[in-house]
Amino acid sequence: MSGGLADPKAAREHARAQGSTRIETMPVLPPVADDLPKGVATQDLVWEETIAPGGYASRRLARGTRLRLIDKDGDACASLNIFNAEMPTERLNVADTVKVQWNAYLGAGKLLLSDMGRVLATIVDDSAGTHDTFCGVSNAATNARKYGEGRNSGAYPNGRDRLILGAAKHGLTRRDVHPCVNLFKRTRIEADGAITPIVGPFAPGRAVILRAEMEVIVVIANCPHVLDKRPEYSSTPLRVTAWRGPVTPEQDPLRKATPEGLRAFLNTEDYYRR
Amino acid sequence: MTDDPALSGLSGSILHDAIVPARAPWLHHVMAGQTLRIVDVEGNQAVDFLIYSAADDAERYSAQDTVAAQGNLFLRKGTVLLSNEGNPMMTITASAVDYHDTIGGACSCESNTLRYGHHTKHQHACVDNFLEANLTQGRGKRDIVSNINFFMNVPVMEDGTLGIVDGISAPGLTVDLRAEMDVIVVVSNCPQINNPCNAFNPTPVRMIVAR
Repeated sequence: MSGGLADPKAAREHARAQGSTRIETMPVLPPVADDLPKGVATQDLVWEETIAPGGYASRRLARGTRLRLIDKDGDACASLNIFNAEMPTERLNVADTVKVQWNAYLGAGKLLLSDMGRVLATIVDDSAGTHDTFCGVSNAATNARKYGEGRNSGAYPNGRDRLILGAAKHGLTRRDVHPCVNLFKRTRIEADGAITPIVGPFAPGRAVILRAEMEVIVVIANCPHVLDKRPEYSSTPLRVTAWRGPVTPEQDPLRKATPEGLRAFLNTEDYYRR
Repeated sequence: MTDDPALSGLSGSILHDAIVPARAPWLHHVMAGQTLRIVDVEGNQAVDFLIYSAADDAERYSAQDTVAAQGNLFLRKGTVLLSNEGNPMMTITASAVDYHDTIGGACSCESNTLRYGHHTKHQHACVDNFLEANLTQGRGKRDIVSNINFFMNVPVMEDGTLGIVDGISAPGLTVDLRAEMDVIVVVSNCPQINNPCNAFNPTPVRMIVAR
């Protein structure tokens, strides 16, 4: 029992007194960011939030939106699920993403492809260069083995359950959480197929900027990489900033960088031809 | 005893023995403890393969959990095929082929347009087989995830370059899978004709379930 909150008015005062609290890991409403890239107007800012270690967020983004993820302190891992917002049965397809582009390592210029042969998002900028398309996320069992427990309700939430919650906030279910990409944590594939995880910690402040090529729901979990061998739950805040931007024009160099990618853009543009 | 070499080494009784025609889907329930043998009858035929838990089909094969747990991309004898919740679904108990793929995914009409051009959109594809088979049990597009490609070869080079290259299988080679839980297996006998995964010639495969 806490003293002095026995009546609703006192409880209301107590609750309202908390409203001005500011911490690092929270959304900022309306969004404010003093480090937008040159040429981006502050009124185009649509999202500013720092995701807690072990936390998650999900949001619908318009076509053309730029989504910047910053690994603030060098130990964030952004696991992404991406859906076509108006038809979420269309979603990120990691196998097609690596197969169609003939390469498994993500970086600037790479496309994140849907299972319908369209571009959900383009990586337009990347100062990290350490990403992973193979290993997916931790689950309750892997975190229980490593950290003693892995529940949402505990201290060591797992990536899969975070993605499920983030997707559920948009009406989606366990069935909809699909293979993901991990940004900021790297895996290197050896000649015999062995997976070498390279999980840092890295220098603070590395950033990736995605450009939404469709109206998307993006779900982000920030949990330790599933192959992070450190015994402690190593996760640091992940900052998310998004701003409005133009739909990719025909002459965009990333749109026509490869024949496969160009056809993916043609399919995307065809989808919006209505 | 039988003289059929495709049955050699299978103990117990044969519960099911079917030829999956070239380009066709196949769906079968395999109970815990039973063994499923896939025979690459004519050689170098990719067998696209998904697994669902019979008790709860929102739990399904996860390529990412499987490769992360074993720390290697290739599926070999001894690989435990894990679900999206980290549970063992099937184990590869024997394989006459050195390794199998699980990063290359399934061909689709849509991805074919990217890889080969829009003239291939009309061609039959694995995702259509997966859909046709899954729809008979109420599953749909959102139930299709990264699959296994038995008898398919997808190496990854130092710079991350990867691709479907010539197969390492041969006529009559087999892979055996023991079910660790009651599962629904959904297969597409890959119809792809634009890359070497089927040696440009889709052929039948044989599925044998024994207990």
